[in-house]
Amino acid sequence: MRIKLEKRHEPSLAMLVATPIASVILTMLIGIVVFDLLGINGFEAVVDIFLSPLLYSYKWQDVALKAAPLIIIALGLSMGNRAQVWNIGAEGQYVIGALCCAGMGIAFGQTGGFLVVLLMIAAGIVGGGLWAAVPAWLRTKYNVNEILSSLMLTYVSFQVLGYLVGGPWKDPNGRNFPATAPLADAQTLPVWPESTVHLGVLVALILPFVFWVIMARSEFGYQVRVVGSSATAARHGGFDSKRTIWATMIIGGAMAGLAGGLEFAGVLHKIDLGFASGYGFTAIIVAFLGRLNPFGCLIAGIVLAVTYVGGQMAQTSVHIPNSTAGIFQAMMLFFILASDILVRYRIRLIPSAKAAGV
Amino acid sequence: MASPARLELSGITKRFPGVLANDAVGFAVKPGEIHALLGENGAGKSTLVKMIYGIMQPDAGEIRWNGQRISVANPKAARKLGIGMVFQHFSLFEAMTVLENIALGMDAKIPARDLESRILAVMGQYGLKLEPHRIVSTLSVGERQRIEIVRALLLNPKLLIMDEPTSVLTPQEVDQLFTVLRKLAQEGCSILYISHKLNEIKALCDTATILRGGKLVDTCDPAVETSRSMAEKMIGGSLKDISRAAGRSFGAAKLAVKALSLPADGPFGTALRDISFTVRAGEIFGVAGVAGNGQNALLLALSGEATNANPASVTVDGVDVGHLQARARRGHGVASVPEERNGHAAVPIFTLADNAVLTARDRLGMVRAGLIDTKAARTYAGEVIEAFSVKATGPSAMAESLSGGNLQKYIMGREILQKPQVLVVSQPTWGVDAGAAAAIHQALVDLAATGSAIVVISQDLDELLSLCDTLAVINGGRLSPPMAVAEAKIDEIGLLMGGIHGEVAHAH
Amino acid sequence: MGIDFIIAAIITVVGLTTPILLAGLGELVVEKSGVLNLGVEGMMLVGAISGFAVTVYTFNPWFGVLGAAAGGALASLLFAVLVLQLNSNQVATGLALTIFGTGISSLMGLSFTGRIVMPFASVFPDALAKHEYLRLIFGYSPIVYFALIMVPLTTWFLKSTRAGLILRAVGENDLSAHSIGYSVIKVRYAAIAFGGAMAGIGGCYFSMVITPMWAEKMTAGRGWIALALVVFAGWRTGRLLTGAYFFGILMALELYAKASGFSFLPSQFWAAMPYAMTVVALSFISSRGTAGANAPACLGKPFLPST
Repeated sequence: MRIKLEKRHEPSLAMLVATPIASVILTMLIGIVVFDLLGINGFEAVVDIFLSPLLYSYKWQDVALKAAPLIIIALGLSMGNRAQVWNIGAEGQYVIGALCCAGMGIAFGQTGGFLVVLLMIAAGIVGGGLWAAVPAWLRTKYNVNEILSSLMLTYVSFQVLGYLVGGPWKDPNGRNFPATAPLADAQTLPVWPESTVHLGVLVALILPFVFWVIMARSEFGYQVRVVGSSATAARHGGFDSKRTIWATMIIGGAMAGLAGGLEFAGVLHKIDLGFASGYGFTAIIVAFLGRLNPFGCLIAGIVLAVTYVGGQMAQTSVHIPNSTAGIFQAMMLFFILASDILVRYRIRLIPSAKAAGV
Repeated sequence: MASPARLELSGITKRFPGVLANDAVGFAVKPGEIHALLGENGAGKSTLVKMIYGIMQPDAGEIRWNGQRISVANPKAARKLGIGMVFQHFSLFEAMTVLENIALGMDAKIPARDLESRILAVMGQYGLKLEPHRIVSTLSVGERQRIEIVRALLLNPKLLIMDEPTSVLTPQEVDQLFTVLRKLAQEGCSILYISHKLNEIKALCDTATILRGGKLVDTCDPAVETSRSMAEKMIGGSLKDISRAAGRSFGAAKLAVKALSLPADGPFGTALRDISFTVRAGEIFGVAGVAGNGQNALLLALSGEATNANPASVTVDGVDVGHLQARARRGHGVASVPEERNGHAAVPIFTLADNAVLTARDRLGMVRAGLIDTKAARTYAGEVIEAFSVKATGPSAMAESLSGGNLQKYIMGREILQKPQVLVVSQPTWGVDAGAAAAIHQALVDLAATGSAIVVISQDLDELLSLCDTLAVINGGRLSPPMAVAEAKIDEIGLLMGGIHGEVAHAH
Repeated sequence: MGIDFIIAAIITVVGLTTPILLAGLGELVVEKSGVLNLGVEGMMLVGAISGFAVTVYTFNPWFGVLGAAAGGALASLLFAVLVLQLNSNQVATGLALTIFGTGISSLMGLSFTGRIVMPFASVFPDALAKHEYLRLIFGYSPIVYFALIMVPLTTWFLKSTRAGLILRAVGENDLSAHSIGYSVIKVRYAAIAFGGAMAGIGGCYFSMVITPMWAEKMTAGRGWIALALVVFAGWRTGRLLTGAYFFGILMALELYAKASGFSFLPSQFWAAMPYAMTVVALSFISSRGTAGANAPACLGKPFLPST
């Protein structure tokens, strides 16, 4: 038997939707087998990781809180990836966004209120955008690969964070622990009554619609898609590739910065050395699992948030290590990438004709 | 009974999804014979030779080699048998030396020094000049072809397949190539010569096999046939001439290029040097030349994909546009069709409707308040499909799903229906079947008749001579003085294409 | 500053350089074949834990190195199958490999946390290896010498062997190589596996020589620096060696600045230095148009033969 690939005339919409779902299911099945091999009750672990957070309503707000930053960051990254701009430094932009947000809060002292919180979030957006502007500038001006530069800047951002929370911004009442002082109540994001769900969750629900209109209907979205498909065709059509790189990179950074600001002002209320929790990297998986589609990102963000929350639950219930969630996430990404081919090609099995050599 | 044929095919059939590329094709090539394989683009010539060379396997039929039935598993097996091939698109490695390129084509491991001396010997024997340590990217197209030929000859082939070898050569280089091929044939090597150029086949080949639509039409003696009779067999009908109104006159100058110079774009690009010409309303201006002499750069400089510091270097209807980018120039009525369809003129993975937006959005008002009017785009794509009889499932077909000819018709239509003042097209009929080519030529003539100025850049001299009013030759980034096509002499053009300017000056 | 300090400093630099040199050499070969594998960091981590685990079980660091090479190569084959067989996007698949490698190494490393392995015994007698001055030449782990030998060996392979010629041809023009009759896929499989093995050995240098113990994410982004190194070196082995030492010195500066409590600049400044300098160095190299001339023409593009 031989496998033959036939190019489809139009990408298969059914496969576009079915493959991410199949990827998640396959990951669950493999998880069961692998855990059993490791001597852990595989079925229980997988149910805990993938289903329990959905079954227990008290876990829903946890899922929403984890999903919000993932969705917001993934939306920005998807747009970049559509333009073949590979910003993998969202984690750093998230950190800088949060720091800028904190800085704005500190500048206002104890003063709070709607306007101050708005300014803080705006500072997060601007900070993340500016941090991403550096790789954009280096790429367009010096032709530096943005994959490497954005990632290197992420490591730099961790040091910036370490310096600020361990030095100038250290909480004087924090028993010498490197962390900022807790945010004044008046500077935190509004929260849904009797829950921990903050305004950012609403933002994460609205933004996919905004991004969908931009990507599917606007001339800018068209420009992004053309530049990503062929820089030469883009030039022929009168689109400026460099400007597109700038725009998508900065939008990606701004979204990460927004997520950082929301996480700081809405959930954690302070920044310590453990602030960067990997949302920026996981969002890359969200973007691909969501097929770079804004609504796909919304759903994929929730799925990944479930595995985060479920991973924590399974840690206590069946004692699996905390790194397992990461492996599951990577496995999903592998499957989705492997199944990409099904969208564009039809796979046929052909009985092998004996090709006799001479 | 004479010795068996060197190569004999019978009943060769190859099917691709939706296409029967070869339908029970059979013919024989004798030792020392130069055998032409004639047919239009898409007739199935390339598929057939790919099966002989082992790149593809036939679905049915048999191949005999010196009387013995064989199956060629891969190119390596073909070379082992003594079959060599020179590809139309060279399989060369740009960043490597001539020597490394040749070594890669050898199946046996030969020490570099021995290989070099053998290369020099073969080059001496056939009068092929090459410098073994040059990097390929610095070589001319003719020199690159020589690498392929030397690579094939080093294996002492008994059958040499040449796929459209002259499409990129100057007339003088063609003569040199023919000398080599005749010498080889005399020594007993059979040659399978693929072409659609009838005069070459008459000049070189002993026998011609004609394919049309995957089927064998005839095997004949080119010396007995006329070019016209072979052409009719190839096309399957009588040739249709381009119809144009008699006694046309040209209007005022529409496109004027003055002292246009542009640095080379990248290490493999060609710089434009001091190019000047004028195209009047209603005039079709042809630019002839061998590939890689600045044609691409010229198209980009005219379309606005490459801009110039001097605004007056390009003017349209007296307005300076040299400094403007493509989008702004389109506003002044400049449309263009670059040589590369997929990935330059069109986005392969976009639908035809989305591809309409690429160049027509401003002139046809497809964008309102930053949002794209997808309905308008679909309607326009439908109009183009209808007007240019593009074979496609509709406006939502992907560009890459269309055949080359149909995509070219769509792209030409997309530009022409925008009624441009100036249209610049490169290789308008490259890889397009005769029917589509005729339709494209007719559309260009009709557009010119409405008073547009048209620039046609092509390597196909026959096309330019039949289509254009005025002709100039580009070589090394310089453009020759224009000449009226009615008065142009083919040998003079040939010399210009080869970069010899002096004799032309003498001739004037 | 005494001679002792200088010798100690040089030994530190050599140690810090070795992993990125190994991983960089491997990635250079991979990229020369036309494939961009961004999973270096992940493969290094898998190599780090595999090498460590094998050493714990066999009590033999030589087997450990083999295990690290095998682990890195196995991880790289995951990437290879996706990229070569299923034509998946190389950038995304490389990232996936890094995420996967990070997770799987943590999982594998659970039962090894806190354990220590016997470091490599020197291949030279103590008289040389522990000599006050001669240790500058003889006082390293065998992996260091292996890395240094691999530099001329890789150069020779790429420049002077037929296999190297074919590998470069595949990276330069995969379709031509295919039409001549070379198996692009096989060549790339081999290159990717070699890259994985080298990254794996580079990774085990952390867990078996530098610390020597296992810790999660212990390669701390060095895999990415190795990737940058290949661009920095313009795909030339000689310049890769120079570049690796340049970064080695930067990383040593961080250690010494921390140790000496250099007070007028925060320690985070020095910690950020290698990463920031990578960006600066890349800008310098990339802005010069000639740097890309040696880049393989097919780098990162999927291989799509028409037949």
